Amino acid sequence: MNEGRREVLQIIIVFVAVIFLAKLFFIQVVDKKYAELANSNSILRQPEYPFRGLIYDRNNKLIVYNTPEFDLEIVLKEVKTFDSAKFCSVFGISQQTLRERFVALKQKKEFSPFKPTIFIDQLSTDDFAKIQDNLDEFRGLYIQARTSRAYSTPSLANALGYVSEISKNSLEKDGARIYRQGDYVGQSGIESFYEEQLRGKRGVKFKLRNVKGIEKGSFNNGAFDTLSVPGQNLITGIDLELQSYAEKLMQGKSGSIVAIEPSTGEILTLVSGPTYDPALLTGKKYSNNFALISSDTNKPLFNRPLMAQYRPGSIFKIAQAMTALQEGVITPETRMPCNKSIIGCHPGHDNQDLRGAIANSCNPYFHGVLRRMLNKGISTSPFEDTRIGLAEWDKHIMSFGFGRRLGIDLPNEKDGLIPSPEFYDRAYRSKSWKFSNIYSIAIGEGENLVVPIQMANFAATIANRGYYYVPHLVKAIGNTGKPLPQYQVRHYTTIDSAYFRVAVDAMQQVVEAGTAQYRAKLDNIVVCGKTGTVQNDPLPAHSVFIAFAPRENPKIALSIYVEDAGQGGRAAASIASLMIEKYLLGVTKRPHIEQYVLDGKFLD
Amino acid sequence: MRREENISGKLDWVALLLFIALTTLGWFNIYASVYDDTVKQTIWDLSLSSGRQLLFMAATVGIILIIVIVDMRFYETFAFLFYGLFLLLLTLVPIIGKEVGGNKAWLGIGSFGVQPSEFAKFATALAIAKYMGSVGFKMDNIRSQAVIFLIISLPMGLILLQKDFGTAMVFVAFMLVFFREGMSPFLLIIGISSATIFILTLLVPNQLYLHGAILVLLAIIIFLGKRKLNRILILSAGAIVIMVVIESVDYVVTRLKPHHQNRVKALINPDADPLGFGWNVTQSKIAIGSGGFAGKGFLKGTQTKFDFVPEQSTDFIFCTIGEEHGWLGSVVIISLFVALLLRIIYIAERQKSRFSRVYGYSVASIIFFHFATNIGMTIGLFPVIGIPLPFFSYGGSSLWGFTILLFILLKLDAHRGEMLQRV
Repeated sequence: MNEGRREVLQIIIVFVAVIFLAKLFFIQVVDKKYAELANSNSILRQPEYPFRGLIYDRNNKLIVYNTPEFDLEIVLKEVKTFDSAKFCSVFGISQQTLRERFVALKQKKEFSPFKPTIFIDQLSTDDFAKIQDNLDEFRGLYIQARTSRAYSTPSLANALGYVSEISKNSLEKDGARIYRQGDYVGQSGIESFYEEQLRGKRGVKFKLRNVKGIEKGSFNNGAFDTLSVPGQNLITGIDLELQSYAEKLMQGKSGSIVAIEPSTGEILTLVSGPTYDPALLTGKKYSNNFALISSDTNKPLFNRPLMAQYRPGSIFKIAQAMTALQEGVITPETRMPCNKSIIGCHPGHDNQDLRGAIANSCNPYFHGVLRRMLNKGISTSPFEDTRIGLAEWDKHIMSFGFGRRLGIDLPNEKDGLIPSPEFYDRAYRSKSWKFSNIYSIAIGEGENLVVPIQMANFAATIANRGYYYVPHLVKAIGNTGKPLPQYQVRHYTTIDSAYFRVAVDAMQQVVEAGTAQYRAKLDNIVVCGKTGTVQNDPLPAHSVFIAFAPRENPKIALSIYVEDAGQGGRAAASIASLMIEKYLLGVTKRPHIEQYVLDGKFLD
Repeated sequence: MRREENISGKLDWVALLLFIALTTLGWFNIYASVYDDTVKQTIWDLSLSSGRQLLFMAATVGIILIIVIVDMRFYETFAFLFYGLFLLLLTLVPIIGKEVGGNKAWLGIGSFGVQPSEFAKFATALAIAKYMGSVGFKMDNIRSQAVIFLIISLPMGLILLQKDFGTAMVFVAFMLVFFREGMSPFLLIIGISSATIFILTLLVPNQLYLHGAILVLLAIIIFLGKRKLNRILILSAGAIVIMVVIESVDYVVTRLKPHHQNRVKALINPDADPLGFGWNVTQSKIAIGSGGFAGKGFLKGTQTKFDFVPEQSTDFIFCTIGEEHGWLGSVVIISLFVALLLRIIYIAERQKSRFSRVYGYSVASIIFFHFATNIGMTIGLFPVIGIPLPFFSYGGSSLWGFTILLFILLKLDAHRGEMLQRV
């Protein structure tokens, strides 16, 4: 039944082969076009690298720009007569050095007499200017221009990130084939987050080469060439002067400073201490320096404002207070005894109302507040009752932006942790936990974790009396200067605006008569703040302070974390007040406080 | 044991010689394609593809020995097991595989990686042969058709999941096997015509012309033949199907991955943008075209050096032949392939069992598909689909895959007498 099928298949095979041979005969023997194309010249595809976008601060000061770098390349086969005396005088090197360079050149792994090989790398701009005039006297020498990143100040390293050669791994993952080997790509910080906007578009030039690979002008008069498109510039909300001042204050300390403009969510300052000079991670020095910095045990690459998760400490009492007011379990006039047998406290106060309890950071008071929050008697079972209360508490606390990423425009932001009923179920492997098991969260200790940026956002939320904008570094992309819509959304908390007034009052009292009165009070500015002293046994406690100022129409909201520096009223409050002075007045008028911070002896 | 000793003598020596000739010529050309006049490394240099290919070739000797020593019944008995095993490996690839060049198709053990998709071909060929060789199989039975369709679709689908479009297409080659075994010729014609229509649609700038041409053709055919309602209805239905196919081409093309889209577009008119998406094809044609009648001579090529032709030692290996050995060299290589393919068909036809014959045709079809697609793309007759030239292209997985494919057939052929007794 399958007669002739075999022959059909044989015919198909022979038929295809004949077509191939006919086509080959046509392009190889008949048509001379291809031979000419190949023999006269070959086409070289030369990429034109785009300029990476620049980064500005809020006052249009340049933070990051590109600096040209020039390498002198040599194609040995093209060098005919080489006037070494002249070469030495132009480049300012000795005959001996020149000989050494030639020896080194030939030992290079990628050396080929036909291809351009780097002869002198990273010429200075001056050298480049000198050489360019004389270049046509030296046949076979070429200047290869590249750019590398440069920084106007040694600050903001962790927020900016760095740029380096794309890794083999990322290159393989680059499905759209945007990158080629040897391309530079943003690796962290803004450089990474805004890589797409910053990188620009590669252009291409087609050059003719002869069979030895030597360039012979442009192909088709550049008809197919495309220009590179430079990357877009970024306008950040950073105040470069304030940033530099903040980094000066943080020198020699571990921790972070975050300052936000409450009315926009723009980040004014983002300090991670210890830090490094971003210029270290550019150009040829990159690999050596990166090895040094990344192996440093102080972790300068660890971006503390976003990644360091601390317990919030007493600062959390403000959130507690507002949650309790909203739920109606206390009023601002509610008084409670400072019963130190329940939980430790500092001396000097008793039976205070809410404002007083915040001002003096009374621990037993907030133990009582949380008890009323979590045990409202909705269920007769103390376990079930706590569970219901905690779920409500979670809802309010998380509306302040705690317990989840805020969505800042930097990579690697951490969530923090606000314990949910399910969290405790897992921790206790059952549902049998109640208020007495979890009361540490009342004073910001226990299971709670926050990152500094969340605390600064919390300060901004109070400054705004109830809402926040997602904190962000970049406020506009490109030269249009239009604000980014994703950062124009107000996020409201679940707390009524009226209760924020109580918080603001209490925070003013903290600075004027409470735990921060000695170092955070300013003469002409009403500062609102709250200290925190986060237990860190066996090391000294972390010193924490959040603040905003002035009280009406606040311009700046801050969170300060200084690790292992003891009481919040000392290191952190001092730094916060100096930052406020610097930002609002332009100068600081309390040299003794500044000196105290710079000396860094907070535990004496 | 005595029987095994004689087996090497019974291996089809024509096919064996063709295999050796192709593999050796391939090796020389891999060397030529990576040879750099300024460095002058030898063909043995392990830092070159040619040195590594020699190691792969050494390993094929071992593979051949194993295939020859193993009992011939092994392949038929465990055909489905092989098939299942490679299906499993293909399933694992997207999960634990590593990505090379945008495609995740490799299973790695340390620095050593293999592509299961290269081996899935012979496993599928065995499964198809086993199923079609079984007693209950009837080509015109809808159940049988469904099963063979399934056997092919599973590996094809899994390979498509790895986004390896080219290798997946290879399984279409089984159509030729089914045709030989009694599949309606209409299906083959429909298959070939849809491919032609696909390419035509891309070539003709406005699809309206094509629709017009089809309607005119339809009218002519209807008027020339008997004007029966039945016939007119069937013809019209056929025309509508073709027109739907034409409309769907655009839809399909716009849904391909960008680099596949470009490869398809490059086929239509590589000269429209010789330096953009047509780069590969243009450079490949310049290289081959510059070879002339007798070529530039071994290692004297210029276009296949200097990175003008991409992937010159793998998918574009034919460029080196075209450039360095000219049209004469192309004639030799293409003749060798035709000779091998015709010899395989001859071997397949002299088998006494259906299993062996179907397997033989599968081998021929797979090698033919690779041969046609690969050379077709280098000379601009097919879209650029990244599949290797059998026995020629650099790469261990591909060389081993084809060696296994071919030598299982030669082993079965050596025992064709016994196969009859068994049945």
